[in-house]
Amino acid sequence: MDIAFTVNGKQHLVGAAETVSLLEVLRNHLGLMGTRYGCGLEQCGCCMVLVDGQPAYSCTREVGTVAGCDVTTIEGLGTAAKPHPLQRAFLDEQAGQCGYCLSGILISAKALLDRNPNPSRADIVTALDKHLCRCGAHQRILNAVQRAAASLREGSPA
Amino acid sequence: MTAPALPASLIENPRLDRWIAFQPDLTVRIATGKIEMGQGIVTAIGQIAADELDIPFARVAVLSGDTTHGPDEVYTTSSLSVDVSGGSVRLVCAEVRAKALDRAALRLNCSRDELTVADGKFVQNGVVTDQDYWTVAGEIDLTQAVTGTSPVKLRAAYSVVGQSVPRVDLPGKVSGAAAYVHDVLPAGVLHARTLRQPNRGAVLASLDEAAIRHAARGELQIVREANFVAFVSPVESVAQAAAVAAPLHARWDNVRQLIPEQQEAAWLKGQPSDDRRVGAWPAPTTPPKNLVRATFSRPYIAHASMGPSCALAEFRDGHLTVRSHGQGMHPLRQNLAAALKLPIESITAQHLHGAGCYGHNGADDAALDAALVALRLPGKCIRLQWRREEEFGFEPVGPAMLVTLHVDLDERGRPADWTTEIWSPTHVQRPGNGTGFLLASEAMANPPPEVAPFDPTEQRGGGGTRNALPIYDVPAHRILHHLVVRPPVRTSALRGLGALPNVYAIESLIDDLAARVGEDPVAYRLSILSEPRARRLVELVAERSGWASRGPSGTGTGLGIGFARYKNRAAYAAVVAAVTVQETVKVDRVWCVADAGLVVNPDGARNQLEGGIVQAVSWTLKEQVRLDEHGIASLDWDSYPILRFSEVPEMRVEFVEPGSNPSLGVGECTVGPTAAAIANAVNHALGVRINDMPLTRDRIMAALLKV
Repeated sequence: MDIAFTVNGKQHLVGAAETVSLLEVLRNHLGLMGTRYGCGLEQCGCCMVLVDGQPAYSCTREVGTVAGCDVTTIEGLGTAAKPHPLQRAFLDEQAGQCGYCLSGILISAKALLDRNPNPSRADIVTALDKHLCRCGAHQRILNAVQRAAASLREGSPA
Repeated sequence: MTAPALPASLIENPRLDRWIAFQPDLTVRIATGKIEMGQGIVTAIGQIAADELDIPFARVAVLSGDTTHGPDEVYTTSSLSVDVSGGSVRLVCAEVRAKALDRAALRLNCSRDELTVADGKFVQNGVVTDQDYWTVAGEIDLTQAVTGTSPVKLRAAYSVVGQSVPRVDLPGKVSGAAAYVHDVLPAGVLHARTLRQPNRGAVLASLDEAAIRHAARGELQIVREANFVAFVSPVESVAQAAAVAAPLHARWDNVRQLIPEQQEAAWLKGQPSDDRRVGAWPAPTTPPKNLVRATFSRPYIAHASMGPSCALAEFRDGHLTVRSHGQGMHPLRQNLAAALKLPIESITAQHLHGAGCYGHNGADDAALDAALVALRLPGKCIRLQWRREEEFGFEPVGPAMLVTLHVDLDERGRPADWTTEIWSPTHVQRPGNGTGFLLASEAMANPPPEVAPFDPTEQRGGGGTRNALPIYDVPAHRILHHLVVRPPVRTSALRGLGALPNVYAIESLIDDLAARVGEDPVAYRLSILSEPRARRLVELVAERSGWASRGPSGTGTGLGIGFARYKNRAAYAAVVAAVTVQETVKVDRVWCVADAGLVVNPDGARNQLEGGIVQAVSWTLKEQVRLDEHGIASLDWDSYPILRFSEVPEMRVEFVEPGSNPSLGVGECTVGPTAAAIANAVNHALGVRINDMPLTRDRIMAALLKV
């Protein structure tokens, strides 16, 4: 059946079974490959997107449940040419190695900064603790989120 | 002029055009056989080329892992890429620069000595000419073999090497635009999943295809070849559903049974083994006077990549094109040719990004899986992805190891005679090197014969014996290596190989020896460590960590040190860890001082030190592959937990000034020292030694009962 929802500000009408995962629809129907499959079990956070501003695991989220919702993926933050301050800060800190986990982490960081523009280090850790990173870029990632928060507060690009 | 000794990569790939090409868009394509896995090698190689050619870094485009255009540099392993591939690119660029200068001098009718290069343009006596690399490129014969005789730049002339150039692969990774293998979905792509043969020799007695089709609920093809089965669909969730249902509808004969004890390192002792003495094996000078013996262990651990293995394959007009995130595309091409019985010329292999692998995981195996399906469905692009439980269940794992140290002490409590005894399965079963096969080849009607396992040679740094030789001044040393020939699971290379358990053992014992004579662990180390570079790091890390004000033992907080030079020939790393121990161990802070000689990209290399530290903390505190009667039982992140954001220590890492020392590989140098520093810090915190990794709550509680 056809399911209508918004992704990164754009309205989509997707023909898919309601039980198919939001992740599969984003990637295989809409071509938004930045959201990644890691485990399919809500254990790693690679697939995190925002649904109406809240972080959601897209690997287990049935697409039928987002009808009428507003979904944000990593592509909705910025581009390589025009990065979001969070993405800019990740580059400034060189926060990442293989990068497979980064889309999901950036999404959770976005949700954190949207509701708390001045997070403590502990707030950031709490917000990201559901995410796994196997390369060990954690310290740089935490630094990057702090840097982005500061630059967003100042209203200048990171 | 005598030809200098060339790096192995140049001996295997002598033609200049395997390495370098001047492109019409005024860039230079530098090809490397090493692949980018987030370690920054593509950036570092580009920096080396930019400096040697005198062109801006932005004009270098690095092509990595391409069997059509790039050199064969086997696998990307052992912290060798900067040394071997970087060293090769440096010689190639120096030679091409010299050839280009010759051509430019002819064109400008001047002496070569009047010419320099700036920004890729030729400059005559300080005046920029109309000649550049690209105007003379057509007159340089790049089909010639490299001689290695053109002088390379002096270090003082570097302007790009030694700078923290931002990684070229990272912008796409933070924007989401980077193409991982997983992300390539051409029109008409078919998604594939597999049903895995539970073990070598297992025979698929029956498969209820109707039941699987019912579960899949969509368009589905089932590809079967002997004991290999794949489920193929234009809809990814249909292929996935089929694969999830399949084990319930498959009946296997000749399934092996394991016993729980096999998951522990202690099981290795007494198993059939290929025993080998390493080194000179000197006779003890006197009967042991004061013999100390201690045994340490590490269990099987997983690579545990964030993304499951994935590959793309297409067989069209008799040619197979495979895209993979494996660590070596030339070896993959050879291995596919052997497994599929295709001429090697009819296969192309290209590298694309994958999730970090840290060694030999399922990447190559997924490539054969995809190719098997592609051959059966010609003209179709097959995207085959492993399931999460397949990644944990079927990737080769890092071998368990048991290390016993027999050390005889002199009258001052210093080691006089040292024997390291190691029990370990092989550390390398990479396909094609004689020790292993692509996984699905074992499921074919005529599987390749089982081979006797062997380890990397000592010349290559050893496997189980890696770093078994202590860096300290020990008059007599022996290594007895028991290579356990039939482990319960497939084992292969994982970051550092045997270095982690060996350094863990050596450095733990050194702390205990210091305690026997009532000396501080740092002072004791310095008393038996004469190499100046090594001493400097131990002194520096002690200073950075405030070692002098280290408190008494047994307070629940501890400070511990670990030190090694990776493979005793790559980078040196000294690590101090600060821990708090209650029921579990929390690593609060880690200081690391490393000596890697000339560091091409300091920030990128620091990123590697940090990543190695975090991974080693995770291994040391948390990780163990669990087995049940069928095989690997830790099949998700709940049963195989790794370190989280809330558990990661604060890290301070630095490199010492290189002096005139050449580059040493850094990727694996921190893992052993970090594990050892934690062990020693826990010992300091509790006043009791825990010899077996991981340092879990159960082990802490058991140790506390001994206090």
